[in-house]
Amino acid sequence: MVEGLLSPESAVYNEIIPAGEGWIHRIDAGQIFRIVDLEGNQAVDTLFYNAEDTSERYSATDTIVAQRNIYLTTGTVLMSNLRRPMLTIVADTCGRHDTLGGACATESNQVRYAIEKRHMHACRNSFLMAIADPKWDLTKRDITANINLFMNVPVTPEGRLTFEDGISNPMKYVEMRAEMDVVAVISNCPQLNNPCNGYDPTPVQVLIWNAPPGSSGA
Amino acid sequence: MSGPGLWQDTIQPGSSWSLILRRGRELRIEDVEGAANVAAIFYNFDCPVERYNMPDTLKAQHTAHLTRGFVLYSDMGRILCSITEDSCGWHDPLCGHNDAAAVRAKYGSSSYQSARNGWHRNPRDNFLTELGKYGLGLRDLTANVNFFSKVVVGDDGSMEFVPRNSLPGESVTLRAEMNLLVILDTGQHPLDPNPLYSPKPVRFAVRESAPVAPDDLCRLSRPENTRGFINTERYFL
Repeated sequence: MVEGLLSPESAVYNEIIPAGEGWIHRIDAGQIFRIVDLEGNQAVDTLFYNAEDTSERYSATDTIVAQRNIYLTTGTVLMSNLRRPMLTIVADTCGRHDTLGGACATESNQVRYAIEKRHMHACRNSFLMAIADPKWDLTKRDITANINLFMNVPVTPEGRLTFEDGISNPMKYVEMRAEMDVVAVISNCPQLNNPCNGYDPTPVQVLIWNAPPGSSGA
Repeated sequence: MSGPGLWQDTIQPGSSWSLILRRGRELRIEDVEGAANVAAIFYNFDCPVERYNMPDTLKAQHTAHLTRGFVLYSDMGRILCSITEDSCGWHDPLCGHNDAAAVRAKYGSSSYQSARNGWHRNPRDNFLTELGKYGLGLRDLTANVNFFSKVVVGDDGSMEFVPRNSLPGESVTLRAEMNLLVILDTGQHPLDPNPLYSPKPVRFAVRESAPVAPDDLCRLSRPENTRGFINTERYFL
């Protein structure tokens, strides 16, 4: 657990993402990006792209292999598919975040819960809506294995993947420093079929601070 | 039971290969010498924007490894292929593949000019080369499966490569449930601790597969997979 030092009053961006909605925003190199789990136990499905060339993007496999650990927390460097640092987690009051569980989709909900569940809102629909404006230069083929902030998905030594109750609580947050200019895409997860949101999706807060004076940010 | 072999060949060490594997056929891959690694990615050949999805495969089956009875899911709730036979017991879906810089850092430089076809190739460039043959590229490259390799995760999340997971002659059989573009590469696993560039060859065979029976192991291994087969069968109505 590492706490951040910045106060919300000095943020240059401070918005709420309502439950079940998507969000897309540019974050410049050196800026600090914080996501706050306002009410607790809320999965925040997150993707990052190089703002200058979106074919370079967050890579779950390259990130976990680089640190030889499947959990993301303070000190984790989020790596791109070109094995370059995109962001570094600099504060985390939750302690563990998942990058293997992916994002829910209407189609995967059919498989996981019931064929009749296809109508239920899902993260990958929010991702597609968030990237629908052509100015982002992103399409479905760019939606890759994402980060699930505040989600607890342990792997056992026997190779089982389990979805455990969340370890997040109200006002827990994670904070990262952008190491390059990135576009962040978020789905504030609407899943109602499993405990990843405590069966009650809630809003989250996103804040951005400019690079502190004298920092190495571009 | 499997039908007669239609096609057999060898993929050389450190090399890639792509093939179209139609629904109703199966691909058997054999680790000839032991300690092979086969990085594999799968696309719906008829609509390649539908492709293998690592998280959907793991969470539908609550697993972080693959073996007989498991299936590989696309991002569209359909089953690309099923693992119908496996003597090895553990295939890694977590670790991706090496790029040129990683291979150079680990094994040193070796160019085509100096070493001809014995040069140090890397799975990333091999994948991009094969993808390019179908009009696909870097944006289409997703997390792959590493057949014949085993990585275990500790309680603290740490990842450990388990050597000697695959012995000479081990094999895995994949039954295509859709028309697949399959891309395979025999480069070493990213966490293979062997300091020497020593990729291994594999043999493969394409065969006719029997129709998927109502009591098929992969169909019944989990209720999720039963629904996955329903989605897949509806796609071909």
